[in-house]
Formats: sequence, structure tokens, C-alpha cells
Amino acid sequence: MYRYDEIDQRLVDERVAQFRDQTRRFLAGKLSEDEFRALRLRNGLYIQRHAPMLRVAIPYGLLSCAQLRKLAHIARKYDRGYGHMSTRQNIQYNWPRLEEVPQILAELASVQMHAIQTSGNCVRNTTSDQFAGVAADEIVDPLVWCELIRQWSTFHPEFNWLPRKFKIAVNGSRSDRAAVEVHDIGLHAVRAAGGQDAQGSGPGTVGFRVLVGGGLGRTPMIGHVIREFLPWQHLLTYLDAILRVYNRFGRRDNIYKARIKILVKERGPEKFREEVEAEWAYLKDGPATLTPEEVERIESRFTRPQYLPRPGSDAALVRQLAADRAFARWHERNVFPHKQPGYAAVTLSLKKTGVPPGDVTAGEMEAIAALADRYSFGELRVTHEQNLVFADVRKADLHALWNALRPLGFATPNIGLLTNIICCPGGDFCSLANAKSIPVAAAIQQRFEDLDYLFDVGEIDLNISGCINACGHHHVGHIGILGVDKGGEEWYQIEIGGNQGSIKPGVGASLGKVIGPSFARAEVPDVIARLIRCYLEHRDSEAERFIDVVHRIGHEPFKKRVYASAAKVAVAEPA
Amino acid sequence: MASLIKNRSIVADNWRLLERGAERALPEVPATGDVIVPLAVWQAGRAALLARNNSIGVWLDSGENAEGIAADLHHFALVAVNFPTLADGRGYSSARLLRERYGFAGELRAVGEVRRDQLLFLEQCGFDAFALRDEQDADDSLLAFGEFSEAYQVSVAQPVPLFRRRLAAGTSS
Repeated sequence: MYRYDEIDQRLVDERVAQFRDQTRRFLAGKLSEDEFRALRLRNGLYIQRHAPMLRVAIPYGLLSCAQLRKLAHIARKYDRGYGHMSTRQNIQYNWPRLEEVPQILAELASVQMHAIQTSGNCVRNTTSDQFAGVAADEIVDPLVWCELIRQWSTFHPEFNWLPRKFKIAVNGSRSDRAAVEVHDIGLHAVRAAGGQDAQGSGPGTVGFRVLVGGGLGRTPMIGHVIREFLPWQHLLTYLDAILRVYNRFGRRDNIYKARIKILVKERGPEKFREEVEAEWAYLKDGPATLTPEEVERIESRFTRPQYLPRPGSDAALVRQLAADRAFARWHERNVFPHKQPGYAAVTLSLKKTGVPPGDVTAGEMEAIAALADRYSFGELRVTHEQNLVFADVRKADLHALWNALRPLGFATPNIGLLTNIICCPGGDFCSLANAKSIPVAAAIQQRFEDLDYLFDVGEIDLNISGCINACGHHHVGHIGILGVDKGGEEWYQIEIGGNQGSIKPGVGASLGKVIGPSFARAEVPDVIARLIRCYLEHRDSEAERFIDVVHRIGHEPFKKRVYASAAKVAVAEPA
Repeated sequence: MASLIKNRSIVADNWRLLERGAERALPEVPATGDVIVPLAVWQAGRAALLARNNSIGVWLDSGENAEGIAADLHHFALVAVNFPTLADGRGYSSARLLRERYGFAGELRAVGEVRRDQLLFLEQCGFDAFALRDEQDADDSLLAFGEFSEAYQVSVAQPVPLFRRRLAAGTSS
């Protein structure tokens, strides 16, 4: 965890006081609805279908148990006893009262949390790999750089009124688990070729591959690399240069063309790059150039787990895996390799059948906090796939942790599998949605509850958005489902072939394509079943994933299968 | 009467801002008095403006680039930047460019949709004068400047970023 210093804390406290005053002026009729709207959005407060919705930042996904307990307290005292983990490493409360929001922000500030810039046309919460700092395949730990970006973006005076919202993601591993190719700016932390300092760490050789202009929403695009290697010292001045070009020249005449991806597309990536470099020439080596001292200072403010030098042998774990098939399955799907010998990272699935994806009750938060205290150094992470991670679990404790998670419903062994559905709140909550999304997720989870079948199908991302704004990232699901409105009725468009990034070698980030006419809600599970069936028939081995097959054989076989006559399909369906 | 804040005080406004007329028609420039003219008026008649005995200011609309007046800045006692809406943030960049890149040292005035809750960021970007919208409570608006006691970033108001000042002060603990 990054620990605030006195100034970090003071700024967050001052923000609470500022918003308290703004709310007071609004309620007293001194601030117009429009004006207050712009101000409350910058504190994460939307007016939603039923009530205000408050979005709280969990910067780059890191959360301490004290913070999680505070989130539970807020859920219980100010909301209806639960929160919703979003796809952007935020937690959302769906039922706060406007009058109480300043008090909620004060509660958050007491545990070094905030809702600053979680909405509005400004730089949003910086997101990262949920395994940052612990992943076995990590090249550069992104956490320090994420915090530097958090500070740089917090109340940036020049970039608080951008043409549109702005999302930055940082990844530091060989695998891209932060979906950097579909962000306004994606930063891939790397090390200079051939360069390596004494410890193989430290800032000396670190830099960033800079991508710009990716994004989902109604015009999904894959980002363009505008710089192959940006030495770390220049991170903030280069971000300033990109944001300045965007702030000045991004379109403001049409909200749907206002994201930076449109500017990059209209200019052309090469021309855009030239403009950024020209702007950067003025800023480069200026006072915002980072120093080794500052990087070390930020690093020193992160608490790091004190790993046991001899965490114990894996012999017991090997025995447990051999003896217990259910445990072995969970281990296969939900346990992730750690860079520290004897440790592992564990994903707690928030995708149990029948529970809205990403929802956690106050009681569950407290139970999770108790387990994280016991098994993972009192910290956890939230993931953009709407799950939780215990990043530092001793392998010797895995079986005990699994036993503790099962009765809580967080041990569903489905990470990476079909039922680990990314899903927006949809028409049940969101005023933008065209259609409900949660019942669709539930129906698919019910249809594919059989674990043997799920494991046989293997890795597949299924993402659902209730509208074109794509909060459920449907464009980058291997199967994407989009709720659409047709004459007041809810219909669902199915895409295949999307991919959030190079998590595995092979297929990189790609955008799904619609397979054909939309379906009624009740038909969706059958359509998914047909797609899966088609995949199983075409795969050359169990190692070839659904997405690999789509990219190898194209859409046609899948389309044919889905839109074949009902009678033929019925015969081919699995029991 | 709208209020003018300059250097964090409420002051009288001796300038007359000449707006465009219907269909963006250029305004007539009066024979006397300090005037702030649209960029196009300056571009169309700089000789006549320079021949007047009064101070000249020019105002940029949010889509007009600071680069366009960089070479002329020594003629202006005042540059105004228009904010057509609260959400149009281009003027923040214009201000920084005028101050930091082109060295403008005269009055830099925010005009248009200028409200209390923008003042601090506007000031950080280099504005020192703020023509508040009519309905804004000027006295109350002055409080906005004190809402934050620090900022992380480099800005016109604070050219040394917080991290360098922290290091210099040895406050990292």
C-alpha cells in the first residue's frame, strides 16, 4: 500500500471540505443544477435511475483491510449494505443520499481514500495489473509509476476540463493484464534492451512504451504506439505533452467524437505523434522531470510484504492437490504464480452463479478483510474483471484459505472461464442502459454451471454491456454481448473475436465483430451454447482457446451454427 | 454589474470588452478608452489600434491559439481568454502557453463562463484577473483561492513541482 504523507492527506481533506461547501451551496439554491453537476461528477457522484451513484477510486486496485472495512461501514451506514466492484478498479454505491455524500467522502479520507475524478471529463483513476509487484512474469513493478501518475493527475489545473474522460492504464509484465491497448493512454513499462543495473531493478533502465488512442465505448479502437521507449524521467512531461495536445485540439463539438482516439484517428497516429513530440520538446527536461530521489521516496512510502525467507516446502500442497480434486481445480484456475518462492496470488471470484458480477455485501467485505489479515499481509486488490485478489499468500496456506473461502462463496473455480463474466450494472441500475445485463449473466452462469463442461471448454472471456457505452467491455470479450433497444424492447447483439490484450502469446488486443441479427434475452444462453459447441468441434487441441479458433477459422462457421434452423440446432445441442 | 477580481481582490474594471455582434460581426472600436478587442479586430486593423492613445487588450476565443498573438504580445497590456462554457477547458492551456512559453507579463483575464469553482485552477494556469459571471457572489468567490493549500503539479503559480520542493525541504517522512 502507498501511505499518504501529510500533504497527500491534506489535499484529500481539503477536497472533502470543498465538496461539502459546494453541496451546501447547491442545496441552498446558490449553485445551479448544471454547475453542481460538473462539480459533483468530479467527485464521482452521478444521479442514477433510483438514487445518486457514488464511485469511489481504488487507485490501481490496491486496498488495505482497514480501507475495506471502511467500505463495508459505508455500505451499511449510507447505502443498502453492499457495493459493486466496477471494471475500472472502482467501487460503486448505488443508493447514497446526496446530503450524506460529503460525510461519506470524509469517512473515505480518514482511510486515505477518495472519489476524486472518478467521473467527469478529466483524468480518471489510473488502473493497472492486479498482480502488479508480485507477478512472476513482471519486468517492471508498475505501482510506483501508477502512484506518480495518481499524484500528477490529481487536480491537474490544466486538464480538469478535457473534451472527454481520460483513462490511463499501466502494465509492467510480459503479459498485458491491464488492457493497455484499449485505453486513452496505455503505458507498458519495459527495460531498455541490454540495459540492466546492479540489482536488475531500480529506475535506471526503466522506460515506457506509450500507446495512445485506444478505447471502447461506441467507437472502439486499438491504441497506437507513439513512442517505443520513453525513459522514466520523462514520464510526467510526456503525459503533459499528450494531454495538452488533446486538451487544445480534441473535438468539443460532438460528445461522441470527443475522445482522444478520434483525434488520433483524424490526425493520423504519425501526425499526432509529431504534434506530441513538438509539444514535448518544450517541456522535456523541465522541472517536472522526475528524479531518482522522488522515485525512491514514492517507493519508500509503499508498504511491502515481509516475506518469510523460508516459507516452507511445497510437499503438503502437492499432497493436497493430489488428494482433493475440487481444491486442485480451484488451484488451477484461481491461483497465480508469484515472483517470491513459496508464495502465490489468489483470485477470489465474485462471479458465483446468481450473484450480480462484482457485488459484495458489507458482511462479505468484513469476512474478506479478516481473511486478508490472516493470509495476505492485510491487503488485497480489486481487478478490472471485477474480482478480488489476495496477492501474497503462502503456498502452505492455500488449502486453509480455500476452505475458508468456500462457505463465503468466493472459491468458485472459474477465473478465465466462461462464467467469470464481466458485466456492467445495466438497466437494473444505470440510467444510460438500453437493456438489463445482470439477468443475462445469471442465465448464462446457470446454463453453464457444470464444472466438467466449463473446464473442458477452457479459457474464454465473456463480457456483457447494457448499452453502447461498453462499461462491460463487450468489444474485448472473446464473446461480447451488447444490450440494444429496439422499439422499446430489449435485444442482445452478439460479437465474437474480441480480446482485451496479449494475456497469452498469440492473439493480441482485438475488437469483436457482430455475428448477425440480435436475440431476445431468453435466447442468449442457447446462442452461447451454439458458439461453444462450434468451437469445441473446430479446436485442434485443448490448448487452442475459443479466441484462437475464431481468429484461425473466422466468423463464418460460428454464424452458420448460430443462425441454423432451430430444429437442426436442437439435435446438436449438448444435454 | 459583473465583478472583476484581480490579484485576489475585487477591483473596478477600467477596460471595455468589445464583443462580436450578430453573426459574428466585428465591433466598432470607440475613439477613446481602454478596449479589449476580438483577435480578428486586431488582425484587421492593428495600425489604427496602435495609433489610439489608450491601452490595447485583445481577447482570444477558446478555439483561437495563443501562437497567433505570440509575436504581438508586447503591444498588449491585457490579454483575455474567453470561456464559452464551463466545460470548455482550452483556455487553461492558452493561459499557460501565454505565460510560460511566450512570456506574457501583463494582465491575463478570464472572461465568459467564469465562476467561483474554476478560479483556483485558472489562477494556477496563469490568469490573474477574472471577470465573474453576473450572478456570482464576488466576496464568496474569493474564498475559492484558499480551498487548496498545495498542488502536485508544475504550474504558472508554482513553477517548482511539489516533489522538488519536498526534497528541498526534506519533509519526506
